[in-house]
Amino acid sequence: MSIPLTLTVNGERRDLVLEDPRVTLLDALRERLHLTGSKKGCDRGQCGACTVLVDGRRVNACLALAVSLDGASVETVEGLAKGDALHPVQAAFIAHDGFQCGFCTPGQIMSAVGLIREMREAGEEIDVERVREGMSGNLCRCGAYAGITEAVVDAARADSASETREKAA
Amino acid sequence: MNLFEYTRAASIAEAVTAASEPGAAYLAAGTNLIDLMKGGIATPSRLVDITRLPGLDRIEPQPDGSTRIGALVRNSDLARNAHVAKTYPMVAEALLAGASAQLRNAATTAGNLMQRTRCAYFYDPASPCNKREPGAGCQAIGGATRIHAVLGWSDRCIATHPSDLCVPLAALGALVEIEDAGGRRTVPIGDFHLLPGDHPERETVLEPGALVTAVILPPEAAAFAGHARYLKVRDRTSYAFATASAAAALTLDGGRIGAARLALGGVAPKPWRVAEAEDALSGASPDDAAFARAAAALVAGAKPSGPENAFKVELARRTVMRALALARAGTPTRMPALPASPFSHAAGAIHA
Amino acid sequence: MPETAPRLRQGAGNVGSIGEPLTRREGPLKVTGQARFSADNLPPGTLHAALCTARIARGRVTALDVAAAERHPGVVAVMTPDNAPRLAKDPDAKDGPFTFRLDLLQNASVRYANQPVAVVIAETLEAATEGARLLAPRYEAEAPRIGLDAEAPFKPPGVGIGQPPDEGHGDVEAGLAAAAQRIEAVYETPAQYHNAMEPHAAVAAWDGDRLTLHTPSQGLTAAVGRLAGLFGIPPKNIRIESPYLGGGFGSKGVISGPQVLACMAARLVGRPVKLVARRENMYGPMGHRAETRQTLRLGADGAGKLTALDHHTLTASSRFDDFFEPAGGVSHTLYATPNLSVRHSGVRVDTGTPLFMRAPGEATGSAALESAIDEMAIACGMDPLEFRLVNYAEVEPISGRPFSSKALRACYEQGAARFGWEKRPREPRQMRDADGFLVGWGLGTATFPALMFEAQASAELRADGSGTMVIGAQDMGQGAWTALAQIAADGLGIDIDRLTFEIGSSTMPSGGIAGGSAHTATAGGAIHAAGQAVIAELAQIATTDPASPLYGAGNAGVIARAGRLIRRDDESRSESVGEILGRAGRDRITGTGKASADPAAQKSYAMHAHGAVFAEVKVDPDLGQIRVSRLVGAFAAGRVINPRLVQSQYFGGMIWGLSFALHEHAALDPRTGRFLNDNLAEYHVPVNADTPEMEAILVHEDDPHVNALGVKGVGEIGITGTAGAIANAVWHATGVRVRELPITLDRLLG
Repeated sequence: MSIPLTLTVNGERRDLVLEDPRVTLLDALRERLHLTGSKKGCDRGQCGACTVLVDGRRVNACLALAVSLDGASVETVEGLAKGDALHPVQAAFIAHDGFQCGFCTPGQIMSAVGLIREMREAGEEIDVERVREGMSGNLCRCGAYAGITEAVVDAARADSASETREKAA
Repeated sequence: MNLFEYTRAASIAEAVTAASEPGAAYLAAGTNLIDLMKGGIATPSRLVDITRLPGLDRIEPQPDGSTRIGALVRNSDLARNAHVAKTYPMVAEALLAGASAQLRNAATTAGNLMQRTRCAYFYDPASPCNKREPGAGCQAIGGATRIHAVLGWSDRCIATHPSDLCVPLAALGALVEIEDAGGRRTVPIGDFHLLPGDHPERETVLEPGALVTAVILPPEAAAFAGHARYLKVRDRTSYAFATASAAAALTLDGGRIGAARLALGGVAPKPWRVAEAEDALSGASPDDAAFARAAAALVAGAKPSGPENAFKVELARRTVMRALALARAGTPTRMPALPASPFSHAAGAIHA
Repeated sequence: MPETAPRLRQGAGNVGSIGEPLTRREGPLKVTGQARFSADNLPPGTLHAALCTARIARGRVTALDVAAAERHPGVVAVMTPDNAPRLAKDPDAKDGPFTFRLDLLQNASVRYANQPVAVVIAETLEAATEGARLLAPRYEAEAPRIGLDAEAPFKPPGVGIGQPPDEGHGDVEAGLAAAAQRIEAVYETPAQYHNAMEPHAAVAAWDGDRLTLHTPSQGLTAAVGRLAGLFGIPPKNIRIESPYLGGGFGSKGVISGPQVLACMAARLVGRPVKLVARRENMYGPMGHRAETRQTLRLGADGAGKLTALDHHTLTASSRFDDFFEPAGGVSHTLYATPNLSVRHSGVRVDTGTPLFMRAPGEATGSAALESAIDEMAIACGMDPLEFRLVNYAEVEPISGRPFSSKALRACYEQGAARFGWEKRPREPRQMRDADGFLVGWGLGTATFPALMFEAQASAELRADGSGTMVIGAQDMGQGAWTALAQIAADGLGIDIDRLTFEIGSSTMPSGGIAGGSAHTATAGGAIHAAGQAVIAELAQIATTDPASPLYGAGNAGVIARAGRLIRRDDESRSESVGEILGRAGRDRITGTGKASADPAAQKSYAMHAHGAVFAEVKVDPDLGQIRVSRLVGAFAAGRVINPRLVQSQYFGGMIWGLSFALHEHAALDPRTGRFLNDNLAEYHVPVNADTPEMEAILVHEDDPHVNALGVKGVGEIGITGTAGAIANAVWHATGVRVRELPITLDRLLG
């Protein structure tokens, strides 16, 4: 059995051939495309460490069959920074110490990027409680939640301000 | 995960034919099915991928006042849809109280109807389970039963249905549209899920190959928009299954309840709706006494399926009482920051 | 928007790094996904392995369907007791208290649920995983013995790592008899699992009898030693790479069976093998925090002074090995009493062997003790803080030794002031918020010993003013990459930006164990010493060189800072490293250093960090659902290397305390010994929305005795005190005292 499929990963077309249809998006990224930024914490959609954006929406890569996503656009943590310039969410995580061991961090950051987009689209007010709820699909066993929330609130407010500037311009 | 044949259906007819083979299963987002396959709980020999079936991802208000929700509409899209959020706010609130944002971005409407119980024994292939293997026995009975049913269970199965979405859908009398080899039909959601009885392996009315194509909210469901809440009591503030939940909706007319809709989640093998409970409210003054009568009627006949879940009878009653009080206070103008949480800090007084 | 400069710092860098709130040195790698964790390695030709685990808790495997697994496309080999490589050493042999018995397919017996019984090796992860399922083991099962009532208790030989099970002084019965107030209460804490976000992963490759292993380890040297013994090869033949741990919390303190199985599998197939534990594999062979049942008996006189404290712990170890949770240790140190008895009893159950888990002993013990103290304060009609001050220990109660330092009184004062404790009504159920929720306030005292292990470091200082520090230290999130680098930079007297810092490999000098909240003191001590050795040699060159402005200053007369040596009594006289080395015709100086506990100081002083945690909870009066709304912790732990990271450690610990109080609970079916929640959906740890407003106050504390750097650990103390504070706050909100943790809503329905 060999199954060809194509994904656009971080803007780049990636062709791959799977041995069988069981391969999840997470294992395709990690073991076939060697993009190991996305992490496997539970493999059952219970921890969020594998969060990536598929067609712009944050999902658990461990519960999606890669074959079903043929043709999809995938964004992972590897695609966020532009050269040495960190994405604002990445920079905010560092500034607010929003991680300790760093294992859940790629998933937290992709989830935050997705959340900020969702809030922007919905025109939702950015407040701490909404961010806490919106980030609750990402477990952090180190307990870095206070820094995570501060980082996401900061980055979301910056995003909102830049949106306002864009509209004004 | 076992090896399986993967096929992608281009039309509903093609899907129904492909899925009529023994051992076939439909794959939409897979948020539940892939999990079950990883655990060895589901071992389908064929997956029929329906994610690209045309036309099933739409939310369509109908001329008669009903709303047709395509089977593949994602939970988050349904919750954020302006028409749904405005017309059926407790549907949106229940959706946003379920799982995580990531799962809601993937999980579909029909998939939510089809999700399986969180009974730990069901999830453990080494434990006998009448759902997995008819006649094998039920290891949950006599085991750890804190999350198990207090209503509608049988001596063959005491599992609960874990859905949040289905609870307001049941309360609002949603219809499930089904397509199978015989054509298209609709079934009231109250008849869609089956009680375990002697056959807990049969969880819905679907025959092999049958495909849920839509959920329809009937015209009368729109009447409750002003006074409708979903309340979910749970062990974590978020990202936890309901210990007990309730959907409550009222129409208020000159200080009296016109019509009422009520359903319970997390305490029974299916969303629990009882006509007498709603009748007890209709025409009554929306006070605690009426709410208490309704709550009592809704949990009438409740019986713990194990000592650890005895508390759920009273918890269910109180959850209904609170949901009714929240509904009486009115649907909040904005979705609460913590949807459906007792800690949502939205309107609604607490009665000690 | 925060600046994108990866490291934030205050000051110009010319006053040293220690004490600065630097952001994490490895932060840019972690936020971009470039930090390479063990499972991120995939050497060419690597095969994937998956564990097949036991679904019984006691008995033996009678059959495995090896043929079915081998038939599965992609499966390369099935490792069972029939073909598993024989080991040079019995994995059940004990050669020290840190050696734990491992299940390595040397026989067919099953000692606990989720014990590995076979390993399937395949070309793909999917094939290996399915192959493991297809093995469908059959068993000869015996009835498992589960829970604290599984058998009659006995006196364990030791608790924790070699501590005596029973200690005390005075006559507790007499003290109780003489008391004006007495309480006796039984507290239960459940088994808990570390659940680091990173499952144990091992990527193993053999080259002849040389092993390269990528695996997370909190103790590289010990892990190498264990592997060398099992495989009968010299330690120098083993290289373990562990630059980043995705959390450890004790579970990676000793090498676990599955990590060794990966090495065995690689040897069996002659190719590199990657074995990543599935989440459910983490519940069994990787250790856990044992359940406890603690009986506290307290007596107090009319003034509220304790006349007796009796702390008895019943806990469970496995049927086949010893780790008895030392829950009573907190009673050794916290409250003054003339009559003290701390005792432990054990039972054996059919589970995996318990292990140290973040604040082993202190977490379980303080959860019970701090509730009991609260109950005693109430019985005495006293404010819980006042009661603690009345019983403040001026010397360590169990030993009578003075404390090397103890700023607990300041912790109480500063924490109480920040929290607003003086407004707390004495009686329960007195406070409501605007939404009608019951509000309660509770207090718990935090404590954790200041331990010290052994470590070595090597250092180099170069003529260009740059330096290198190398130590096999481990960063599991506590911040070793950053805090130790700060100590290294100051030790070499250079700006941290000129420092090359290397940790996380067994090829480096031993950094000791990253555990016991002792890593900064231990590894930091070795780094400090290595820096001192280098600077001493440099100073020797400069002060004996007539051409140097430092000539004649004597070694002790100079200090190193910002790449220069400076005369201590006249800072206008200084010289750069390059100038000194240039004249001496050298381009670098190297040195080594080591650190270990000072036995004389340890004999003279009791060494502990302390703290006070204040908690506010809200409880729904009808539905019982609980939310912690505020936590204020004030901690004194000696010198602070990096306040940003220390705050994060305290916050993390406090979240663990919250988790301990309200969430964590491993559920086993006593009929089968199998887990009912060996997953992250039903084994609850807090999510973001459970996080309260938090404050951590870093209380100043100078400690001239504890170690060369004056640091105590900060990694574990945050849990201690917090669980008790929350339980006490729940009582204060509701009037309901829940003595069986976790506190769940069904206990509060009334």
